[in-house]
Amino acid sequence: MTKMFSGRDLHRRSFLAGTTALVVAAALPIGSRIARAAAAAGPFAPNAFIRIGEDGKIVLIMRDVEMGQGIWTGASMLVAEELDVGLDQVTPDFAPPNDKLYANPLLGLQATGGSTSIRADWESLRKAAAIARAALVQAAAKQWKLDPAALTVERGVVKHGASGKTASYASLVPAAVAAPLPADAPLKDRKDWKLIGTPQKRFDTPTKVNGKTVYGIDVQIPGMKIAAVAMCPVLGGKVARLDDAAARKLPGVVDVLKIEEGVAVVGDHFWAAKQGLDALDVDWDLGPNAGLSQADIVKGHADASEGDGIVAKQEGDADKAIAGAAVKLDAVYQLPFLAHAPMEPINCTVHVRPDGVEVWCGTQVPARAQALAAEVAGVKPEQVTLHGHMIGGGFGRRLEWEYVGIATAFAKQVSYPLKMIWTRETDIQRDRYRPFYYDHIAAGLDASGRIVGWTHKTTGSSVMARWAPPGMRKNGIDPDAVECAEDPIYETGALKVSWVRHEPPGVVTAWWRAVGPAHNIFVMESFIDELAHAAKQDPVAFRRPLLQKQPRALKVLELAAEKSGWGTPVPAGVGRGIMVQFAFGSYLSVVCEVEVAEGGQIRLRRVTAAMDCGQPVNPDSVRAQIEGGLVFGMTAALYGEVTFDRGRVQQTNFNNYRMLRMDEAPPIEVHIVDSTETPGGLGETGTAAAFPAVANAVFAASGRRVRRLPIAGSLVTGA
Amino acid sequence: MLTLDINGEARQVDVPDDMPLLWVLRDVAGLTGTKFGCGVALCGCCTVHLDGEPVRSCVTAVGDAVGRKITTIEAIGDTPAGARIQKAWLDLEVVQCGYCQPGQIMSATALIAAKPSPTDGDIDTAMSGNICRCGTYPRIRAAIKRAAAA
Repeated sequence: MTKMFSGRDLHRRSFLAGTTALVVAAALPIGSRIARAAAAAGPFAPNAFIRIGEDGKIVLIMRDVEMGQGIWTGASMLVAEELDVGLDQVTPDFAPPNDKLYANPLLGLQATGGSTSIRADWESLRKAAAIARAALVQAAAKQWKLDPAALTVERGVVKHGASGKTASYASLVPAAVAAPLPADAPLKDRKDWKLIGTPQKRFDTPTKVNGKTVYGIDVQIPGMKIAAVAMCPVLGGKVARLDDAAARKLPGVVDVLKIEEGVAVVGDHFWAAKQGLDALDVDWDLGPNAGLSQADIVKGHADASEGDGIVAKQEGDADKAIAGAAVKLDAVYQLPFLAHAPMEPINCTVHVRPDGVEVWCGTQVPARAQALAAEVAGVKPEQVTLHGHMIGGGFGRRLEWEYVGIATAFAKQVSYPLKMIWTRETDIQRDRYRPFYYDHIAAGLDASGRIVGWTHKTTGSSVMARWAPPGMRKNGIDPDAVECAEDPIYETGALKVSWVRHEPPGVVTAWWRAVGPAHNIFVMESFIDELAHAAKQDPVAFRRPLLQKQPRALKVLELAAEKSGWGTPVPAGVGRGIMVQFAFGSYLSVVCEVEVAEGGQIRLRRVTAAMDCGQPVNPDSVRAQIEGGLVFGMTAALYGEVTFDRGRVQQTNFNNYRMLRMDEAPPIEVHIVDSTETPGGLGETGTAAAFPAVANAVFAASGRRVRRLPIAGSLVTGA
Repeated sequence: MLTLDINGEARQVDVPDDMPLLWVLRDVAGLTGTKFGCGVALCGCCTVHLDGEPVRSCVTAVGDAVGRKITTIEAIGDTPAGARIQKAWLDLEVVQCGYCQPGQIMSATALIAAKPSPTDGDIDTAMSGNICRCGTYPRIRAAIKRAAAA
């Protein structure tokens, strides 16, 4: 199974133009807002392919990119299950850029994000595999003049028990190709599943533990040179004057290249390039954003938040209900800009030749990357060959593709392949950030502690409006800005949820793991905790009556409470916080136990998660995604914050954009609810849950309510 | 011209003495298993062994590696401790994106080679210089204990 996943292999094999193969297009029944909008522009297009060669090789061409979430293994399990082959007989491989063939139906384009992969693959890939199996079985039945129903398949071999006849899938490919594909084929009954729901080893692990996986940054092309770049420290600024005489004299420096917004020094190796960069004398025209300060950003959002905004949901008169309530509570929550900081810094290798362009990089949006490289190089998209690579951490960063354009703009000035590598400082300072949010939330309770009215107004930038305009609603609402907020799982009585769009100048905002829910779940679940305390009730007891119409949410809440020892005594300075959510199609409740020292230092002691993600495909990957998602969220909850001063991002590296480390990482227990419901998303669930779980625990431990993230900063400065 | 002992093989490299070992390994010797993460010894992605000791190759001058045995992720499996660590990593499915894992494995291997039965405190000390953005810390801890017990 050990295999180096390299786009170069893929290119060499030219799988789409290869020998006779049975190719099955996966039809996708799942629609979405974006997909419907996009579909209006063209015919329905299949988006995933199974290829069974005459050599017996079964290749699953992966619409989803692998960036650690285990989707290549999970998707392969779905196919292997319905094909009746072993997981070891399936080889996942990169899909080439093609928004028509490989669009994710939940996103409407070729993109991996939003914890949508398994949800999009669940029906479609299994159905595609079932049809492929039916075609092969039919071919055998025809050859043997037998009823297909009398045949069985095991590890890719069709058998007729009574006669002892057998035929491999490989031998049946020509006949299956010649015959029309069955229009449909039934899916296996779950009692016959051999793979789905069992823990399976991942395809990509072996080469990731021996250093052989080739990430984008590891690409080695003959004749390639390495570029280190200096980008204008203020977004929108440009190079005013460049003196590169000293840099060019350094050993190993090959070239100095300029684009409007930055300079690249090219070297035989990165060190020479970096030395050259340090020797440059550059004056920047800082442009219109040179005065931007963090105070301006906060004030801009606060002022904008006083506006009425656009109403996303209104049921009854929430303001009136709150005004007449026995207990009234309102609060303002502030969430900071966040950088992605994946461990693999941004990089991209480009070779611009007279006959076309080759690009090597990890990307969550291959077709967009290809299109931008083509635009910058001045060629047609089909002249750009994009070699996909394993991604050293996505988290939304590689849903952006601007770095491909920057690399191409430098590379088109030279004849050799150019690998652009950003330093960590550039990676953080030229990231595109999770929006800053400024939320007003209010609610009223009756005498028994039931919620009678709930208003939530969020204020922030719209990623959707820039990234996928068809995803915006007709009334101007960005669904991401109100995701989860507009559908509270609790009975809230009268409800009003609205959004004010505010675009801070000089900042590009982007998807960040757990997107809208990471924002709204923090605000809502923190505020529910505030309401519980205002009603003088235990946070679990307070939630129970509000969740009577949400049995799955209630179940995970009870399970997390039970497994965490909720209600049992804790030492002084220790507290437990709980939260529950329905996000990305899955129910999750998390209890966090923390200790807060007198000086405000926080120690995460223990985390307990209860997940109902429907039918788990690979239970071990489910656990891994929740564990990792929680750590990612706890990191940002405690430390994550990008701030601006004089238009510049103040954070530079892991010393001041802090990460949770081994000595701070708590033990995490994950309990998975047995479920046969349709699978839900996973990769982002834990991240969204972490923020309120930690903040509520900090309140329980210290009596200090955190309404401004990050938590560590709030406790020190006393927000 | 410097002579380096990389994974038991003598390699001649024509680079300045003060060039970080990381870039010699990656861009000159072509061994890309050792990763660049921060450039200033804050993340541990670039960890390699010099005579069995873990060092951050991004801040180690190549001149200081002359005359010492350089071991990278590509060859750590040839050592008994490295093989045990890699097996535990596979057994427990530690890895997600995998980018930091060469550094994690190099740090963990050095730990169990020096302390065959590490405590949680030993693991904290040895491993807290290695950042994992995917959050595999709980599995790394479990895998180190498994490898130590093997």
